[in-house]
Amino acid sequence: MNSSVKAVSDKLSAAPGGINWFKYASPQTFYPLAGRLIPLFAWPALLLFAVGLYVSFFVAPTDATQGDSYRIIFIHVPAAWMSMIIYLAMAFWCALGMIFNTRLSFMMSQALAPTGAIWTFLALWTGALWGKPTWGAWWVWDARLTSELILLFLYLGYMALVAAMDDPRRADRAGAVVAIVGAINVPIIYFSVKWWNTLHQGASVSMTSAPKMASIMLMGMLIMALAAWAYSIAVVLVRVRAIMLERERNTDWVAQMLENRP
Amino acid sequence: MNWASWGDFWNMGGYGLYVWGSYAVTLVCVFAEVVSVRRQFSGQMVRLLRVRRATVRGAGNETET
Repeated sequence: MNSSVKAVSDKLSAAPGGINWFKYASPQTFYPLAGRLIPLFAWPALLLFAVGLYVSFFVAPTDATQGDSYRIIFIHVPAAWMSMIIYLAMAFWCALGMIFNTRLSFMMSQALAPTGAIWTFLALWTGALWGKPTWGAWWVWDARLTSELILLFLYLGYMALVAAMDDPRRADRAGAVVAIVGAINVPIIYFSVKWWNTLHQGASVSMTSAPKMASIMLMGMLIMALAAWAYSIAVVLVRVRAIMLERERNTDWVAQMLENRP
Repeated sequence: MNWASWGDFWNMGGYGLYVWGSYAVTLVCVFAEVVSVRRQFSGQMVRLLRVRRATVRGAGNETET
């Protein structure tokens, strides 16, 4: 930790009633915390998926115009949301790592990437399977679909770049540049349906207007979205712990942790 | 209840291929990811423990001689 960061850290911990957030920026304190958090997200994820699937297929009625093909959105919309949110989280951790030089931030970012890439793929895949019966085409080069495809390439590019470099510190920084610059694509995806005349429909749910769908369908979608959140957090925490073990294998805290294992 | 029978359920109003194609691939991805992160973690753990055992044994030999 350099001196300016140390000063900020001291100031934060000195604040009355304040938590020293920098404490959790160190791998040796985050590792056990992450371990305790995993079941707190994994079990709710399973429960929410079960309830979400039940609502999606047995409670939500058949749509008057789209028939049962609309049931794809119970996966499609949460997957698309996660694909964008995870990318922003990745860029956020990279920026934090660049500013404070915290190695855990880069590990978080690297743990997020595969999960984000999977959600992006699923958003595209389920979109294609919905588009075929609804639009008559698996794929069209409209702004929403194209920018989401670019997001997938950004994830894959980031992962390939980080994996290709031998020096982890250099890989962190090179990857961070891609992640941060690529973040500009996220608002482009989100607003693409407003900025351009796309075949893809506008937002079904937004902060500023009433949802454009029946409340039970919305409910199913939101439960599935919560499930996707909980699942993603659990899976990313497991992955970040694996990355921590690999990258910190020669440190004292890993040695100590192994020592204390029963 | 939306479905009169199981056949009705799997048929999904004629959209079975698209709906089940979406859900099946999602399920496969989620399952594969869970298996893969758990293997990644336990793989690292096993490797670390093996290295540690080897170094402890190595250190023990040195003190004997």
